Amino acid sequence: MELSLVILFVGALFAGLLGSLTGLGGGIIIVPLLTIGLGVDIKYAVGTSLVAVIATSSGAAVSYVKEGLTNFRIGMFLETATTVGAICGAALAAVVSSWSLMIVFGILLLYSAFNSFKNRKTEYLSVKEQGIKENSFAEKLKLDGNYPVSSGNNISYHASHIGGGYLMMILAGILSGLLGIGSGAFKVIAMDTIMKLPFKVSSATSNFMIGVTAAASAGVYLSRGYIDPVLSMPVVLGVLLGSMTGARVLMRSNTKILKIVFSIVILLLGIEMIRNGILDLIR
Amino acid sequence: MNIDEKKIDEKFRVMISNVLRLGVSLSSILIIIGGVLFFIQHPNTVFDYATFKSEPSKLKDLVLIGRNAFSFYGRDVIQMGLLILIATPFLRVLFSLIGFAIEKDCIYVFITGIVLVVLSFSIFG
Repeated sequence: MELSLVILFVGALFAGLLGSLTGLGGGIIIVPLLTIGLGVDIKYAVGTSLVAVIATSSGAAVSYVKEGLTNFRIGMFLETATTVGAICGAALAAVVSSWSLMIVFGILLLYSAFNSFKNRKTEYLSVKEQGIKENSFAEKLKLDGNYPVSSGNNISYHASHIGGGYLMMILAGILSGLLGIGSGAFKVIAMDTIMKLPFKVSSATSNFMIGVTAAASAGVYLSRGYIDPVLSMPVVLGVLLGSMTGARVLMRSNTKILKIVFSIVILLLGIEMIRNGILDLIR
Repeated sequence: MNIDEKKIDEKFRVMISNVLRLGVSLSSILIIIGGVLFFIQHPNTVFDYATFKSEPSKLKDLVLIGRNAFSFYGRDVIQMGLLILIATPFLRVLFSLIGFAIEKDCIYVFITGIVLVVLSFSIFG
């Protein structure tokens, strides 16, 4: 008993650290650790992972919110898209085959991994540098903001391609409603790649959003009895410690390194998704 | 954004950060106490989660979890801690709504209101 709980604690520590640094949440580590590593039933694993995602989100947010990295307006605005998407996804589940979606989204992840790695040296490109016009929609919705960088200065940023970002968020929501997969990766991609927000802002804001999305499904999982107190105990404590550490690391670290870590993680995630899609198709 | 708005924003951020810190601390304290109680009460439990058996209703129902929180029974105390943790994102949205209302930002009171309604519906519905 004790050994398994120690393994869980250490794994959760790592999950919280990686989850808060990349904005992806910790589920991608917790589920395989529980099912493959410790032979736990998938239902308990899903329940525990959901609690871990909330712990990552809230643990990291203590620092991100205070330092002004999280953009609440962007988070709330896009959360409506994710919610709509999740409802559509749950409704579509009976109609659409999941293997095709897994392959499509898997390829999208591979492309984003490549893209993120290619642009690893870019901290933030202003509207002028991108060669596009500022859009009035961002101004109306007050989506623009500023964030602190390691030198102690504040950099102002502008949200571009809001329509595209919103659409991507609906897709992210559909995916999570349909497959139950944490859509953290697509949230970061929508903000970082499409809306051209700084990576740290995207990561912190995604981190805020995944907590809200996870809490929405936590009620259901709790009432179905998927959330076990003894399994969750080491996971929550480990993840909280990991995510609080991760948040401090993120604020001091170089965006280049964060982007490299992010691309490696979503590359693996993409490969895993395509593999599952193909396995599903053959079966 | 003028200076007044910035000040409110700053205050607002610190407030939300404090709410989160309080929730996270309270939750971890309860989980640690519950964990210690659990090991005292069940020193020889085997790690067995290979088959899903669902939790007993006192660990599933929101009202029952709240009622049993002070039972000094390890699992119940941990579950109360988890419940507080699950509530933190909800509180974050609620306090954002209050913040936007103080700023008289109608568009965002509306947007946050939608998120809050959907969230409450799926947690309590």
